[in-house]
Amino acid sequence: MIPSAFAYERAASVKEALELWRASGGSAKWLAGGHSLLPLMKLRLSAPPKLIDISGIDELRGVARVGDRVVIGALTTHRELATHPLIRETLPALSDAARQVGDLQVRNRGTIGGNLAHADTASDLPAVAVSLGAELLVATPDGDVVLPAQEFFLGPLVTAMPENGLLKAVSFPVPPGNARGVYEKFPHPASGYAVVGVAVTAGVDAQGVVDFVRVGVTGAADAAYRAQAVEEALLGREPTPDALRAAAAKAADDGAIAGDAFASEAYRRHLCTVVAERALRRALG
Amino acid sequence: MASVLGTAVKRREDPRLITGRGRYTDDVQLPGMLYACILRSPHAHARIKRIDVSQAKAAPGVVAVFTGQDLVGRMGTIPTAWLPPDSGIRTTAHPALAVDRVRYVGDGVAMVVAEDRYQARDAVDLIRVEYEVLPAVVDQEEALSEGAPQVHDDAPGNLAFHWKAGNATDEVFAQAEVVVRQRFRQQRLIPNPMEPRSAVADFNASTGELTMWLTSQNPHIHRLLLSGILGIPEHKLRVVAVDVGGGFGAKIACYPDEALVGFAALQLGRPVKWTEDRRENFMATTHGRDMILDVEFAGRRDGTFTAIRVKNIANMGAYLSTAAPGVPTILFGLIVPGPYRIPYAGVDVRGVFTNTTPTDAYRGAGRPEATYLLERMVDLFAREIGMDPVEVRRRNLIPADAFPYNTAMGLQYDSGNYEEALDKALAMLGYEKFREEQEKLRAEGRYLGVGVTTYVEICGLGPSQVAGAVGFQGGLWESATVRVHPSGKVTAFTGTSPHGQGEETTFAQIVSAKLGVPVEDVEVVHGDTHRIAMGWGTYGSRTTPVGGSALAVAADRVVEKAKKIAAHMLEVAEEDVVFADGVFAVQGAPSRRATFQEVALQAYLAWNLPAGVEPALEGSAFYDPTNFVYPFGTHICVVEVLPDTGEVKILRYIAVDDPGPVINPMIAEGQVHGGIVQGIGQALWEGALYDEQGQLVSGTFMDYAMPKARFFPAFETAFTETPSPHTPLGVKGIGETGTIAATPTVVNAVMDALAHLGVRDIDMPLTPERVWRAIRDGRDGA
Repeated sequence: MIPSAFAYERAASVKEALELWRASGGSAKWLAGGHSLLPLMKLRLSAPPKLIDISGIDELRGVARVGDRVVIGALTTHRELATHPLIRETLPALSDAARQVGDLQVRNRGTIGGNLAHADTASDLPAVAVSLGAELLVATPDGDVVLPAQEFFLGPLVTAMPENGLLKAVSFPVPPGNARGVYEKFPHPASGYAVVGVAVTAGVDAQGVVDFVRVGVTGAADAAYRAQAVEEALLGREPTPDALRAAAAKAADDGAIAGDAFASEAYRRHLCTVVAERALRRALG
Repeated sequence: MASVLGTAVKRREDPRLITGRGRYTDDVQLPGMLYACILRSPHAHARIKRIDVSQAKAAPGVVAVFTGQDLVGRMGTIPTAWLPPDSGIRTTAHPALAVDRVRYVGDGVAMVVAEDRYQARDAVDLIRVEYEVLPAVVDQEEALSEGAPQVHDDAPGNLAFHWKAGNATDEVFAQAEVVVRQRFRQQRLIPNPMEPRSAVADFNASTGELTMWLTSQNPHIHRLLLSGILGIPEHKLRVVAVDVGGGFGAKIACYPDEALVGFAALQLGRPVKWTEDRRENFMATTHGRDMILDVEFAGRRDGTFTAIRVKNIANMGAYLSTAAPGVPTILFGLIVPGPYRIPYAGVDVRGVFTNTTPTDAYRGAGRPEATYLLERMVDLFAREIGMDPVEVRRRNLIPADAFPYNTAMGLQYDSGNYEEALDKALAMLGYEKFREEQEKLRAEGRYLGVGVTTYVEICGLGPSQVAGAVGFQGGLWESATVRVHPSGKVTAFTGTSPHGQGEETTFAQIVSAKLGVPVEDVEVVHGDTHRIAMGWGTYGSRTTPVGGSALAVAADRVVEKAKKIAAHMLEVAEEDVVFADGVFAVQGAPSRRATFQEVALQAYLAWNLPAGVEPALEGSAFYDPTNFVYPFGTHICVVEVLPDTGEVKILRYIAVDDPGPVINPMIAEGQVHGGIVQGIGQALWEGALYDEQGQLVSGTFMDYAMPKARFFPAFETAFTETPSPHTPLGVKGIGETGTIAATPTVVNAVMDALAHLGVRDIDMPLTPERVWRAIRDGRDGA
C-alpha cells in the first residue's frame, strides 16, 4: 500500500494548473479530494510521476444559480452537495445521491469533479448527471469546452475528457418546480458502491399526469446511462402503481448490463427494475 | 466488601489503545533500523526459472536482497506443529522463500531490505523473475481427483492427511427409521484482524541475544519454533507481543516472513522491521474454514436422534500451517454430536493441498463448522419428520442431571443445563407469538423466519496429556506468577497472550478478588518471553479457564504464605486466622488484625518471620486442567427475507450463553457481540473467492464484505451461569461462542423464512442473488 514515488505541486489558479500540466509533459494527474486516485496509487494500479494539487483553487469552488441552471464548482464536496440549500431545493436527486456516497470522511473530502472525472462504473453521481442532462465545463489551454454528461461516460474509468483538460464546474438545468428528485441504490455490502443505483427526477401536472421524468442508472452497465425507455413509458401518464411497475421493468433496456462476482447479469437486470420501481415510487408515489 | 468478580470494571487497556498510545509491533522504532519488503508470487503455481535481483540490489537505499536459494542450508523451514495421530500426515517442506516453485498467489519469492520502507517497496518492483506457469488447482475436491495438478511432489494425490474417528457404522444408518443427507460448503474466510502482521528483529552482538517483536497470539510458541528455524538457543531469543490488534486465529501460526525478518537481522547486524500491507494480509496471512461436508443424520420418527456422520474434505492450502491440521480433525470432529444424546457419531476427514493461501484456525476453529452442520441437519431432520425444530431439540438435549456426560466421540462434558438456556432464550423471543405473527405476515407476502441453535463447544484447551494424545506438538497447561511488592501492590504474570480480549482487566479482577486488594493495585503482564517463564498463549477460549485458573491458584498460594506470616504477627496459630476482604483477623477477635499490605511489608522486611518461611511474597502455578470446559447456550435469530431482491434483514438476535460464572459482564458481552458479528458475517457476506487460475478475486475490502455495524440490530444478550466443576473459579470460556452459534442460527432462520417455498439449503454466504434465485426456483417448483 505504498505508492511509487511521485512529485507534488500545488496550483493556485486554473491557468497555473494547466501550465504545470503542460510542463509535466502531459504525465501529471489532478489531485482534488484524492479519494479515488490515491487508493489506485497505493495498489500501484496507477503510478503518475506527478500530482498537481488543485484543491486550493478558488475558481473551482462555489454553487450558484445562473439563469435556469445551477452551476456547481468542481471542488464542491459530497457533503456540500448533500446539505447546500440551493442544491437541496433545485436538484434534490443530486443531494440524495451525494448523501449516500461512501462514509462521512469520504463525503467531507471527495468532490463532485473528482467523482465524475474518475468515472467509476458504480459511482452514484453519474446517474444524476446523465438523467438531468448536466454539462461539464472543462478548461483547456485552448479555452473552455462544454461536454454533455450523456456523452461523457464512455466506460470503466474512461471519459470524453480532453487529455489536457481540467474539470472546472458542472452545470445542471433546473428541473421544473413540481418535480421531486430521489436516488435509490442497492449498495455492494463490501464497498458501499452501487450494484445498481437509480436517480429519478419527476413531477406531475395539475391533472395528475407525469409531465417531467428523468431517470439515470449507474452500477449496472460499464457506464451510467439515461433510462429513456422508462421515461417514455411514464411521460403523459398517471403514475399508478401498475404504471410505475411497468415503466420500471424497462430500466435495464438502455444499458449494456454486465455481471460480476457479486451479481450476475440476470440478477443485475432484475435489480434495475426493483431499484427503479423503488425510486419511482418515492418520486411519484 | 462485595467481590469485584462479576462486576463491569471498565477495560483498563482501552484508554491507551483508543488514544493512540498502544505500542504495537509497527510502533517499535530502533536506531539504525532497516525495513523489509517481500516480493510475492503473482501466480498460483509456477516454476521459478530465473531470478535477477541485480537492479534491485543497486537501487537507492537497498542493503540486501534474499531469494529462496540464498536461504538453503542457512535457515530452517517452517514447521507444522499439529500432527493428528494415525492420519498418515505428510508435512512437506515449507521454505521461508520459494526455492524452485511457487504454490499460491502470495507465496514469498524474495525479500528486499532497505534503509526505509519506501525504498524497500520500490526495489521489489525491480526484481525480475522468470516463471514457467503451471496448472493450478484451487478446489479441494478437484485436487483429489485423478490427473489434478500436484501441489507437492511428495504428497501424491494432494492428500495431506486422512483422519477418522467415531463409532458410527453403515449398519446403524441401514437400520435407521429416517436418514437425512446434505452437503454443506464452509466457504473460505479471511480473518482480517484490524492490525496487520508485523515483525521487528534486533540482534545484540555483545550478548548474542535476538529480540523479536511479533504480532503473536502465543509468543512462547513462536520462541520455540523460531529458535529451531533460526538456530538461536531459546534462552538467547526473546519474543515480545504486548499490544496485538486482534488475531482471530490468524496470529497463532509461525509464518515464513517473521522468520525471514529474524534471519535478516542476524545476517545484517542491524534491526529489521517488516509490516504487511492489507493486500498482503489478504494473500499471505492464513485463511479460515474452507471445508466440503457431506453429512448423514439418522433418527426416529418420534424425534429421537440416533446417529450422525460426516465426510469432510478440508482445503489446507499450499502448505500445512502451524496448527492447521488440528482444525478440521480434532477441533471439528470431537464436537460433531453437539449438545444432544446421539449414541453414534463418526467423522472422516481428508486434508488436501491446493494452490491457495494456507488455512489455519479462525475464531472457533473447527467447532463452528461442526455446529453449523449439526444445527442445519437438526432443522432438516425436524422438517423431514414434521416436528417443530425447537421441540426436536428439546427432546434430544442432554439433560441437566446427566453430567458429567460421556459422548460418542469420547469427550466428557463437564456440566450443563442446556434446557435452561433454551427456555430463557425462547422467553426473550416469545416463540409461540412469533410463530403466529409469521403465519399472518406470510399471508401478506412477507417472509419472516426464525432460527434456533442450541450449541455446546469445547474450549479451555486443554489438558496437556490430551494435547499429546491428539498430536498437538506442545503442552496446553498455563503458567502464572502473582508477585506482591513490599507496598502490597501486585504484578501478575500470565503465559496467555491476550490481544484485545480484555484480560488485563479481568485477570486483575481475579487477583484482586483473591487477595482483597483494590483492582487498581494489580498490574497484569503478558506477551514477553523474558518476563514470563513459559506459556502457551491465547486461542481456543483457553485464556480465562486455563490462564485465569493458573492465576487463581498462584494467588491462593500467596494467601497461604501470607496467612502464615499474619498468624506469626498476630501471635496466634495459623488455623485461628481468617482472611477476608484483604484483612487477616483473629477468629473471634476481629480487632486483632493485619491488612494484606502490612503482611506484605513484613514478608519483605523479614525481620521476624515464622520458622521455615522464606522472605518475600510471591506465588506461582503451572496449571494443567484435567478436562476441557464446555460452554453452551441458545441463540435465536429472526430475519425477514425481501422476496424482490433476496436481501436478508436481521430483525432480532438473541444470545443466551453459559460461560460459567461471569467475571466481567461488559467484557463477556463484548466477546459475544464480536463473535456474533463474525458468525453472521460468514452466514451472509464474507467469502474468499479464487478464480480458476488461483487468483484471489476478493483481495481487497472493496470486494470482501466485512460486516459493518449498520448491518445489525442491537443484540439481546443474557447469560446463565453453570460452573465447571473442575476449574478453580468454575469459569468456562466466552471468546468463540458467538461465531460458533451465529452462523447456523441465521441460515436456519432464512431457511425457515423460505420453508413454504420448499427451499432446503443455500450455500453461504447467503448473498441476495443466491437467496433471490432460491426463491424464484422455489416458486417455480412449488
